[in-house]
Amino acid sequence: AGLGGCLKAPAEGTGDNQDMQEKETVSPERAEEAKLKAKYPNLGQKPGGSDFLMKRLQKGQKYFDSGDYNMAKAKMKNKQLPSAGPDKNLVTGDHIPTPQDLPQRKSSLVTSKLAG
Amino acid sequence: MQDVLWCFSQVKGTIDIGVTEADIISTVEFNHTGELLATGDKGGRVVIFQREQESKNQPHRRGEYNVYSTFQSHEPEFDYLKSLEIEEKINKIRWLPQQNAAYFLLSTNDKTVKLWKVSERDKRPEGYNLKDEDGRLRDPSMITMLRVPVLRPMDLMVEATPRRVFANAHTYHINSISVNSDYETYMSADDLRINLWNFEITNQSFNIVDIKPANMEELTEVITAAEFHPHHCNTFVYSSSKGTIRLCDMRTSALCDRHAKFFEEPEDPSNRSFFSEIISSISDVKFSHSGRYIMTRDYLTVKVWDLNMENRPIETYQVHDYLRSKLCSLYENDCIFDKFECVWNGSDSVIMTGSYNNFFRMFDRNTKRDVTLEASRENSKPRAILKPRKVCVGGKRRKDEISVDSLDFSKKILHTAWHPSENIIAVAATNNLYIFQDKVN
Repeated sequence: AGLGGCLKAPAEGTGDNQDMQEKETVSPERAEEAKLKAKYPNLGQKPGGSDFLMKRLQKGQKYFDSGDYNMAKAKMKNKQLPSAGPDKNLVTGDHIPTPQDLPQRKSSLVTSKLAG
Repeated sequence: MQDVLWCFSQVKGTIDIGVTEADIISTVEFNHTGELLATGDKGGRVVIFQREQESKNQPHRRGEYNVYSTFQSHEPEFDYLKSLEIEEKINKIRWLPQQNAAYFLLSTNDKTVKLWKVSERDKRPEGYNLKDEDGRLRDPSMITMLRVPVLRPMDLMVEATPRRVFANAHTYHINSISVNSDYETYMSADDLRINLWNFEITNQSFNIVDIKPANMEELTEVITAAEFHPHHCNTFVYSSSKGTIRLCDMRTSALCDRHAKFFEEPEDPSNRSFFSEIISSISDVKFSHSGRYIMTRDYLTVKVWDLNMENRPIETYQVHDYLRSKLCSLYENDCIFDKFECVWNGSDSVIMTGSYNNFFRMFDRNTKRDVTLEASRENSKPRAILKPRKVCVGGKRRKDEISVDSLDFSKKILHTAWHPSENIIAVAATNNLYIFQDKVN
């Protein structure tokens, strides 16, 4: 990543503690990282790694498989069917999309308003 | 060189309170002469505008762009085998150079590339023997004389027909298409592979780059954009999610997994953070018209690279560095994954890219001056000069400045285009298309 004009390198040196604390500034990026980690302590250990890329490759598609859905319903019996959860785009494990999670059927194709 | 004063010219689209998703513009592209301007949207539609002839009576009014043709390029599909919906959103449009009276363009969604022919019809044959003027067949027994049909003028009709459909070659999502300078081939790139096509052949394509690892768990980067060199038909580049660019030469081998050049800027390890890789992901790569440079866009900067120097860019421009202290919330609302494009002007002296709040930025490579402008209906009086905008970073905010916290992140300018030879730009602001021109004295 390119260096921003506002970044300051942490102070180096073997001066006494007080000196170091005065000179050292946290870069905005690091401060933001700390904020994020505070909110989501379990966030992936490998930043920008497989998780992101997998999400990218799936790119928000919604799977609905009636076979899976019906089998899950049969298995669950009295229990609630697990919905896709807060991140509807990433379907993993036992979470399968249910008809409620799917977007509305697209409307009929009409002419673009740019051509109007 | 005097600074250019940009003026409002036109705006296309409606002022809706709620934007219909299908109307969101997803790509903008001038053709090689600048006579035509094409847009693609999320609804799979293409609209082509044509510049009207300049009138000698009104020299101060440069040619305006009017609707020339519109058609449904792609439709939503469903992959039954994988239970996947295939979006009809047009990811890219690329024009072919004009070789006859018709215009040709490539348009692509996530999976399928199509070659469209746009042609004019201003004559039609009249006087058929076997059918009436309205097409009904005549009773052959009633025909007593033969005549030769003649061509008569008719009202201009512009037709768009799909001439080729290049399907089933991409497992992952197509992010780029690029026409080769040989005008016989083109490439299509998805997250992990790049294919080379011949325009005449739709049932086969050559795979020229494949970065899919044998074990998907080892996946560390994806292809984000790709483009052919403007003059050398054997050369192309592709960018990655890790901020690197590879230049490949198709003469060296059939499969170009080994690059000829590798462009990467060394990173200061002490500055590395959780966000480093994400914001270094290149969202667009474009060759200069001269073919000597490439420009890349990552989340916060635009960089210009000299093809002869791989170890760092020759120029780096900050697009909106004030966002560096907002990365946490930009990650939470997914804006950090927005893919901005970048463009060169015709002489490669100025580069342009979009930002948030309907702002877009221009950087003059010679004067090193930059400007922030806004695409807004408020500045839409004919030939109104656009006032430069400024974002205030903390501290005292001047009257006409806007603070970082007031920026509207839903108003993003991802797609822009620059006329190949003149100072005319097209800026897509969600569902509206703005056209700006430089001030004519």
